Amino acid sequence: MRGLADSLRGDLLFGALAFALLAAVDLGLGSPGLLDFTIRFATFALLALSLNLLIGVTGLVSFGHAAYFAMGAYAFGLLMQTGAWSIPAALVAALAASALFALVVGALCVRLTEIYFAFLTLAFQMLLHSVILAWIPLTGGDQGLMGGIPKPAFLGIDLARQDHLALFSAFCLIASAVILRQVVRSPFGAALRMLRDNPDRAAFLGLSVFRYRLGAFVIAGTFAGLAGVLMSLYVSGAFPSFAFWTTSGEAIFMIMLGGISVFLGPIVGAALFILLNDRITALTDHHGLYMGAILLVLVLGLRKGLLDFLVEAWRERKERRS
Amino acid sequence: MTGGRLELQGLRKSFGGVVATDDVTLTFEPGTLSAIIGPNGAGKTTLFHLVTGKLPPSAGRVLLDGEDITGLDRQAIVRKGIGRAFQVANLFPSFTVAESLAAAIMTHEGRTARLFSAFPPRDIARRAEEVMELCGLSPLARRPARHLSHGDQKLLDVAMALALDPKVLLLDEPTAGMGPEERWRMIERVYRLWQAKGLTLVFIEHDMDIVFRIAESVRVLRYGAVLAEGTPEEVRRNPAVIEAYLGAEHALEEAP
Repeated sequence: MRGLADSLRGDLLFGALAFALLAAVDLGLGSPGLLDFTIRFATFALLALSLNLLIGVTGLVSFGHAAYFAMGAYAFGLLMQTGAWSIPAALVAALAASALFALVVGALCVRLTEIYFAFLTLAFQMLLHSVILAWIPLTGGDQGLMGGIPKPAFLGIDLARQDHLALFSAFCLIASAVILRQVVRSPFGAALRMLRDNPDRAAFLGLSVFRYRLGAFVIAGTFAGLAGVLMSLYVSGAFPSFAFWTTSGEAIFMIMLGGISVFLGPIVGAALFILLNDRITALTDHHGLYMGAILLVLVLGLRKGLLDFLVEAWRERKERRS
Repeated sequence: MTGGRLELQGLRKSFGGVVATDDVTLTFEPGTLSAIIGPNGAGKTTLFHLVTGKLPPSAGRVLLDGEDITGLDRQAIVRKGIGRAFQVANLFPSFTVAESLAAAIMTHEGRTARLFSAFPPRDIARRAEEVMELCGLSPLARRPARHLSHGDQKLLDVAMALALDPKVLLLDEPTAGMGPEERWRMIERVYRLWQAKGLTLVFIEHDMDIVFRIAESVRVLRYGAVLAEGTPEEVRRNPAVIEAYLGAEHALEEAP
């Protein structure tokens, strides 16, 4: 058994290497397309990764995860447009708003499970979507937040520059991944996995099913909010489509592509999704048809995400050898 | 281990018009090994449900070392020191044996609300190792529960109950669904656990060979009521028990 210090040090080292590699490639090549990809990848990987804390770790399939993504994006965009906030302060406030929203919605949803939980989370997301559309003076309705978002530099970081934003996004993703991995490996994370495996037995041992599910829901919502902040920085605004069910659906799609049971699965899934989506959109107008077909092949063929499949195959091979 | 005296006084449970437990008064002395037998539907598992708080009794009291624990919820009763293993193993399939035991101990002690330490904490992992050793599960420590054989799953279930340091351990058919050989291995382990921990052990069992070999005392239930109790010898000589349940195979001649 490895202690906390060892495993965390390993993760930090891995994270630092990943960041250095991304930074070297991004800055070395410096192509606008690559920087653009890095930002979108980091944003959606973070969204999918946070959702997998609910789906893969806690066993709660939320269909409404984009609500916290939109909450983070709108809260951040609105605060920055007042002109009175620095980026770090608005970022923290936007995370707090997402966390609070997740706390309220989660308290109502986590008593339910399975399809009932899924649909109630979806209902709250569509409620937020309707509020965004209707509250035109604040949100700009279906036009979204207009007029751009000011991005004053802080600590020498100028997020108005595409290369700075790309590195900042990559940093947010990697730091969040290290934190979430620690959460999964902690006693709290073990409790979440117990709830996924056998909630009855966990309750019998004295675990509060409600409190731990709610805890997972709030943590996942907070990191989704961070993804929303990145998205708002990327598009310099916020749009109602952030809160639409298709955004939640894409996050689920990414998890299914990459794998549910391997920690890095959603990150790989997000990269695959964006690459495929870009390729296919460039080739045809019917990209939904092709993406759907690919998902079908994965679901029916591999019966799991790509990393799930690879890791399992590798384990089996190792077992057969020993 | 001190204490572990379990008393049931006039325990009653009815579901609508059906009386599942009918005025059961039984005492299990500290450190004893008792079997509960009876035909299917005699209310054996219901009795365990009443003791462990899964079902509230309609009337009567449950006392642990003289303290009334009737009507407490399941967790409170586990905390008081009554452990239970299930008829069908009730596990965390993706947890290894070592992790399962550590998770049980950690949850029992309310130490799950920690985000920035590692699971399992070292002291708990050590205690899980002790339990594995005691139960003979050490060689399987790193195997996920879902990949264990049926017998080892049941053993892990018993070990998870044992990990919570109960004074009284209730085992609901610890050998159900096992082949003859596995059955004896299981019961031997249970017997050794009982000897090592000195706890009050009560088990439901259908295999009379096992019951009469290891139990110190036997309680027979029928239609929810106590039909007979005594040592294995006494029970095997009891004509009412022979007629209701044992049949000729396990009967002893009536004492002259």
